[in-house]
Amino acid sequence: MKLMRCPVNGLRPIQEFAYGGLFRPSPDPDRSTDREWADYVFSRSGEPALKKEWWYHIASGTWFIAERDTRTDEIVETYLFDGA
Amino acid sequence: MIDRLPPQPHEWIDRAQRIQFEFEGRQYSGFAGDTVSTALWANGVRVLGRSFKYHRPRGIWSLSHLDTNAMLETRQQTNIRADVCPIVPGLSVKAVNTVGGVEHDLAAVMDWLSPFLPVGFYYKAFHTPGRLFPFYERRMREMAGLGSVNPDRHLEHTPKRYDFCDVLVVGSGPAGLSAAVAAAESGLQVLLVEENPRLGGSLCYQAANDSEAHKLQAGLLERALSLKNLELRCSTLAAGYYADHWIALIDSTRMTKLRARSLVVAAGCYEQPAVFRNNDLPGVMLASAAQRLIHQYGVRPFREVVVLAANSHGYQAALDFVAAGIRVQALADLRTQGEPSSLAAQVKAAGVPIHNATCVSEATPKRGLRSITGAVLSSVAAQGSIQPGQSLRIACDGIAMSVGWTPADGLLRQGQGRLVYNCEVEQYVPEELPDGVFAAGRVNGIYDLAARLDDGFAAGVEAAAYCGAQVSSSRQRPPRIGPARSHFYPIASHAKGKNFLDLDEDIQLKDIEHAVQEGFDNLELLKRYSTFGMGPSQGKHANLNVLRAFCRLTGQSLDALEMTTARPFVNPVPLSHLAGRIFSPHRQTPLHARHKEAGASFMHAGNWLRPEYYAVAGRTRQEAIAEEVVAVRHRLGLIDVGTLGKLEISGPDAAAFIERIYTGRFARLQPGLTRYVLMCDESGVIIDDGVAARLGEDRFYVTTTTSGSDAVAREMRRWAMVWRMKIVLVNATGTYGAMNLAGPQSRRVLESLTSMDLSAGKFPYLGVREGEIAGVPARLLRVGFVGEWGYEIHVPADTAVWVWDHLMEAGRKFGIRPFGVEAQRVLRLEKAHVIIGQDSDGLTHPFEAGMQWAVKMDKPFFVGQRSLAILAKKRPTRALVGFALPSSYAGPIPKECHLVIESGEIAGRVTSVTFSSTLGQVIGLAYVKPEQSRLGTTIEIRVGRGEMIRAAVVRTPFYDPQNLRQSQEVALQEAS
Repeated sequence: MKLMRCPVNGLRPIQEFAYGGLFRPSPDPDRSTDREWADYVFSRSGEPALKKEWWYHIASGTWFIAERDTRTDEIVETYLFDGA
Repeated sequence: MIDRLPPQPHEWIDRAQRIQFEFEGRQYSGFAGDTVSTALWANGVRVLGRSFKYHRPRGIWSLSHLDTNAMLETRQQTNIRADVCPIVPGLSVKAVNTVGGVEHDLAAVMDWLSPFLPVGFYYKAFHTPGRLFPFYERRMREMAGLGSVNPDRHLEHTPKRYDFCDVLVVGSGPAGLSAAVAAAESGLQVLLVEENPRLGGSLCYQAANDSEAHKLQAGLLERALSLKNLELRCSTLAAGYYADHWIALIDSTRMTKLRARSLVVAAGCYEQPAVFRNNDLPGVMLASAAQRLIHQYGVRPFREVVVLAANSHGYQAALDFVAAGIRVQALADLRTQGEPSSLAAQVKAAGVPIHNATCVSEATPKRGLRSITGAVLSSVAAQGSIQPGQSLRIACDGIAMSVGWTPADGLLRQGQGRLVYNCEVEQYVPEELPDGVFAAGRVNGIYDLAARLDDGFAAGVEAAAYCGAQVSSSRQRPPRIGPARSHFYPIASHAKGKNFLDLDEDIQLKDIEHAVQEGFDNLELLKRYSTFGMGPSQGKHANLNVLRAFCRLTGQSLDALEMTTARPFVNPVPLSHLAGRIFSPHRQTPLHARHKEAGASFMHAGNWLRPEYYAVAGRTRQEAIAEEVVAVRHRLGLIDVGTLGKLEISGPDAAAFIERIYTGRFARLQPGLTRYVLMCDESGVIIDDGVAARLGEDRFYVTTTTSGSDAVAREMRRWAMVWRMKIVLVNATGTYGAMNLAGPQSRRVLESLTSMDLSAGKFPYLGVREGEIAGVPARLLRVGFVGEWGYEIHVPADTAVWVWDHLMEAGRKFGIRPFGVEAQRVLRLEKAHVIIGQDSDGLTHPFEAGMQWAVKMDKPFFVGQRSLAILAKKRPTRALVGFALPSSYAGPIPKECHLVIESGEIAGRVTSVTFSSTLGQVIGLAYVKPEQSRLGTTIEIRVGRGEMIRAAVVRTPFYDPQNLRQSQEVALQEAS
């Protein structure tokens, strides 16, 4: 069983976390075309790579970003979302 | 015990404790510490099991917990390895996979048929004609598989244990013990596990006559025992490696899930067999197996032996045999130059003739194959192939093979470690290991005793340093040096075959040859086609030789080959160790006990248990539900709605936040009022609904669906973070109990318990008020989910019973009935209120569910708005409509998910349906094609066994379409 480091609560077993999907900043809904918006809503890249993902520490209600290499399942870094 | 030797200096048995046990219906005796295999061998029993496919007799072969041809069963358990199973008084076992007993197995006829059963035979032969396949399958299933499960066995629960340590060391040989001491001396918590009942690893059998080695080990053990932070656990197998150093430890009673910070694997090596004709029969065994028999169990493996060697270990074994009084008839050495060390001279001095560049090409069996009578020796050319014609037959009852080793690298490879073939030591060695995982000793390709101690110590220090401990000295890893202990091709071909590569699966050299000829030139495919390495020992004595044969057949070299994938577990683990109780907790509301007392029949709703209805003596379920409906419509009902999600959202941005989360408009919602809320995801699909009550300028109290509270709160927190809004969100679902008091008499009953002004002017429909009920602080929401005048009452969870009791008491004279989920479903369906998840699915957007009224597209922003703007431009594909059957209708009633059919095609489906006693007809909601949604359209629904029934699309709500039940005049009139 994997361990994951919550930026607030430290190293915890992976069952305490929920995956929240790829981190994908939304395009401006008022300026994007229908096609661009549909692409944002529905298209995901399944290519194995270093991914930026949303993760949630269930017990404490903490959302954060994890950078995870899906080729090796290595969690490279976790940090709180800073708006960027 | 005719084959028991005199006491050996380091033996594991206790000769003072004699133990009786039964094998195949006959009584035998052994000593405490014996396994079934060793005790039987001591009694002269040679046939311990039968092989999987050809039912050939098999005896002791490796004695390293991997003699998977000697498998036993009791009434309680099956597929017990005989070389693992200790004898205990009263033990009664028999061999698996025989027809009529292990000694005279009738299925041995398969061995004679084997020339007609080439590799892949089953795939090729048993698929046509198709109608016969069930017959073939039955026959094959009878023949295939090993033990049988006794369905009447006594079920046992095996507990699990969770454990932690800084450094886990696997293996207690010189390297492992040395690593454990090194790591523990840095002050860390160290756990060492050893699969065998005694510490020592290979020293227990390979160095039994080496007093220098034993002195070294004794010193090391003394240091180990003096360290309080070092725990030594025997009879414990490190069976599986999982991410981040999570190790499955298996002992006789349980699995321990251990989290280590660092791992040192010093698991040693598995000895590898030579391949020659009849190399599987009782009497042929690995030299290490014979040494284990002698030194650990004081059992004579054979009386006259031919040793087949390709390394110094074979010479040491020959000397051990001589010392144990066994006649060593000859030593055949595969190597052209023979043994370079002084051991050769010692063996010669013991009177053993040595034949260099010689292999055993065949073991000659006794009739019935239950033992051997001799060995045929042939010359080997330098590149490992046999020189035909020059052979020599030597009488013997045993052949000891000492031709090579393969690392016990299961844990390393499960952890995605990469091993590469090293030609210096003719062995796979670790090349890349996961962070925090270290290997030492023979698994690392280090064989010399002093070097193993150094290698282990260095690994222990490395592991301690990885854990962040202060380490005083680091030590250099010793180099991997020859001469190689493993021969590059210990395989002799034979015209008559029966030279086995894999004993688990009865795979002969020619099977691999044929498979390669048929084009299986990829190792993973070859494995699955020939099934090599797929037996109970997972090829630990087979894979390397198959690889060597495969490389020679395909002209590849081992160092260029990718090995097949290693998976847990390293050795077989009983399923009972893995089985566990299913853990699915459910939630109960604070009123659960009251529901039970009132005769509630419970149902699961999300992870909650809710009353489905309250059983009444003498009434059917349907009648009881109907009565509950009537009570709410005409008098008074009370339902526990404590399962609703309850979120408190406050802060300066609370209103703006809710405005962005939900589809409706809330910015100008007055404090003291509630509004229906609908939540979409970014694609515009409906995901939740509820009610938002504005308690103050920047305080909201929001309910969610029963199963949605966690997910909704989770998504809200994420949006709040992304939008950087100043809100505080508390998921207060468990903090409050809630109940809905509904029916014409609700106001009158509530008035008797509160001083709050409940008049319609002061507390209108859709209002929210905070006050006291029965002395308890409460939030009241005037909602109309069930379509009657009513109050949703939210109180602190620990006061819910108090309030419930007061309401029931006050309502008694008005005929109050507690009602359950089923009655509520009927009541809300009469009002055509949709249930998210029942009347919507994973693709439903508000426009097709008829909920445009709840979506304010002209707001600046809400989640899903942009997608809904796109959807609004598209032609709708379906519409949710109300339908009704005529009140005179008497046929079968449609059920949820029955299909709406139009011109033979599926047009939609029924999502909710019920018989409404209020209206006297069957009503429901269904998705239909948009063109069918016009009022009065007749739709056809396919029910039950395909009958079509006709229903009319009607106006909704079915009941009280003007919502008059919420007006004061009607209510007062009803209540009087």
